Amino acid sequence: MANALDPHAAIATTASGAPDGPLRTADGKPLARALARSQARAKRRAFWLVLPLLAFILLTFAIPIGQMLQRSFYNAGFSDNMPQLSQWFAENPRGTDPDEAAWTALAQDLQASAEARTIGTVGTRINYDVPGTRSLFTSTGRQVRRGVEPPYQAALLEIDEKWGEPRLWSAMREASNPVTTNFYLASVDRTRNDQGEIVKVPERQQIYGTLFARTFWLSLLITATTFILGFPIAHLLATLPMRKSNLLMILVLLPFWTSLLVRTTSWMVLLQQQGVINDILVWLGLIGNSQRLQMIYNQTGTIIAMTHILLPFMVLPLYSVMRTINPSYVRAARSLGATSWTAFRRVYFPQTLPGLGAGALLVFILAVGYYITPALVGGSSGQLISNMIAMHMTDTLNWSMAAALASLLLGAVLILYWLYDKLVGIDNLKLG
Amino acid sequence: MKRMLILSTALGLMASPVLADVNLLSWGGAYGNSHVEAYAKPFEAESGIKVNVADADNPATPIKAMVEAGNVSADVASVEYADAVRLCDEGLLEEIDPAILAAGDDGTAAADDFIEGAITECFVGTDVYSMILAYDDSKFDGAKPATPNDFFDTEAFPGKRTMRKGAKFNLEFALMADGVPAEEVYDVLSTPEGVDRAFEKLESIKGDIIWWEAGAQPPQLLADGEVTMAYAFNGRIFNASQGEGKPFKIVWDGQIYEMEGWVVPKGAPNLEDALKFITFSTSTAPQARAAEFISYGPPRRSAAAAVGNIEGTEEPMGPNLPTFEANMANALASNLDFWVDHDAELNERFNSWLAN
Repeated sequence: MANALDPHAAIATTASGAPDGPLRTADGKPLARALARSQARAKRRAFWLVLPLLAFILLTFAIPIGQMLQRSFYNAGFSDNMPQLSQWFAENPRGTDPDEAAWTALAQDLQASAEARTIGTVGTRINYDVPGTRSLFTSTGRQVRRGVEPPYQAALLEIDEKWGEPRLWSAMREASNPVTTNFYLASVDRTRNDQGEIVKVPERQQIYGTLFARTFWLSLLITATTFILGFPIAHLLATLPMRKSNLLMILVLLPFWTSLLVRTTSWMVLLQQQGVINDILVWLGLIGNSQRLQMIYNQTGTIIAMTHILLPFMVLPLYSVMRTINPSYVRAARSLGATSWTAFRRVYFPQTLPGLGAGALLVFILAVGYYITPALVGGSSGQLISNMIAMHMTDTLNWSMAAALASLLLGAVLILYWLYDKLVGIDNLKLG
Repeated sequence: MKRMLILSTALGLMASPVLADVNLLSWGGAYGNSHVEAYAKPFEAESGIKVNVADADNPATPIKAMVEAGNVSADVASVEYADAVRLCDEGLLEEIDPAILAAGDDGTAAADDFIEGAITECFVGTDVYSMILAYDDSKFDGAKPATPNDFFDTEAFPGKRTMRKGAKFNLEFALMADGVPAEEVYDVLSTPEGVDRAFEKLESIKGDIIWWEAGAQPPQLLADGEVTMAYAFNGRIFNASQGEGKPFKIVWDGQIYEMEGWVVPKGAPNLEDALKFITFSTSTAPQARAAEFISYGPPRRSAAAAVGNIEGTEEPMGPNLPTFEANMANALASNLDFWVDHDAELNERFNSWLAN
């Protein structure tokens, strides 16, 4: 009976009837080709419909992000503006002491760059690798603009003896090639020494490794807490009668519609030492006035505020999956003698997995990139890697470094996504 | 992006023909209002040259776009010191001859009357804001905090502190608290031992510091009783104590100041009148008048002494300004070159220190 209704059934019959020849349509063309042609036309039409969106995404999302990420390994600030010296570096291998030709190239490039007013860009690029050298370039530039006489080595060393430092020459050699791995090295707390070998940065400068580890650990923790808090809520919403569950749903969505900053500041009011919660605890006599709890401006504050903010992203996918679960399965399990725990564990819970997977992935990925909340309530122990990316974007203006950190973060998230696909399967994802 | 900016600037210009007046680019808000009231209106009345005031989020951005598009509509703009140096380095500004600046009302030559760093190649300072130590007066009954070191003395002055989350300002302040005179701070900070010393000083109260990120946080933290002392921008503290009547007091010892001021975009259409406007607005009387509207101090000594009452009140504004003579006793001019060189390095170390 089912077969008779299947539109492919007729073809299937024909196929089994003539196993050697290709299938043909009524006018004798091979069926596969006719089908492909008619589908290609439909696809082309469909493509024209999605073209505006595709172009929009490409222009406003893919290209800018691509350009941004390109900065993590490509920085032509030095090589473009110091062509002669870059040329000298290309011709002479590492280990060659700078000769007068090199000094001449340096002096002339500095002069040209100072006149073109690009010396700041050059200095900034070297300053990334050797802190304290941007002003060396700009002040030397100001002087050579007035004129500089050969021998150039003596002349430049007289302007500032820092020009003789091997560390500086090593950094200029690195920068003479616009393609560099230095920003990625710095992102994992590594640097290059005078000989160009990769070494660890001094311990007190090490920061990124710690922050990457902390970011992933806190994000996992926040995903786990949103699951523990969100699962019962979603279940309640899914099983209550429609009228009540709609009312409760508004309570879930209301904070979701409130500005992020308002919610974060509300947590400050609640959690700070002179805040509402501490006041209540002191009033109840549970803690003394001098023992007020420090619940914000540290890791605890970051976890609490971010869990609250990301909770709807866990509840909504879970809810949408739970609504579709037929209650008769659990009833059947109970009637067959399963305890309520067994029925939940073996029958109900496995059916919620697509929603759980989607919620966990959403919360985790959002948490990894979170920035405002940890900046405001994180204090010193609740900082995440995104705060360093923001610092490099807005304060130090080292966009190459920000791009390198962001690429590593993106790479790590993609690896986790791939792992999720291998372990759970991406088809098992239900966003709503 | 650049082309877009150029295009939009060009389109904007077609709509507003450049007049033979002075076109001033300012910030808007209370700060922009002080420019209109104290500079633009009196200048029009005196010289008969009209001043058209336009606002921008940060005038440095449109200046860059205008000059690169070769179609400059602004004659004078108000920018931050750091932006002025950067734009000047990139060749986007006219040089300003310090000889055009008027002598002070008391006869002091301009070069001596302006504070250190207020006049550079392309920039003349108009106002000074600063980072200061502020405390909640109601929290200390006996002795009151009076020096930077009191900020680090949690025995004598209990309670938490709040500082800006970042290396800038804090390292200098820590060194001043440790006994380094203002004029030696950057020399000390340029040595590795000096940086260690600053971090050691911060380390001594690390557990008592709440780090602020946005300028509005310090007055809020003080008002909530979360902290008893703050190292914060003076304007914010002034607004909370003057406008909202909070019992906040400022300790000026150890203040670190920065400046805003006039620049002239390269190719300004009314250069001559623009320079007249700069001469007028940076002279003693208008400078003193501007400070009555907002708690940013005039960068010239004769004007700082002549500031009257806070606009709309009978209280003198003078003692609330960073450049009031008594407030400048141990003041440090923020060193831009130092921070351009060491910003990334010291901030990485600062964040590493925070995390461990």
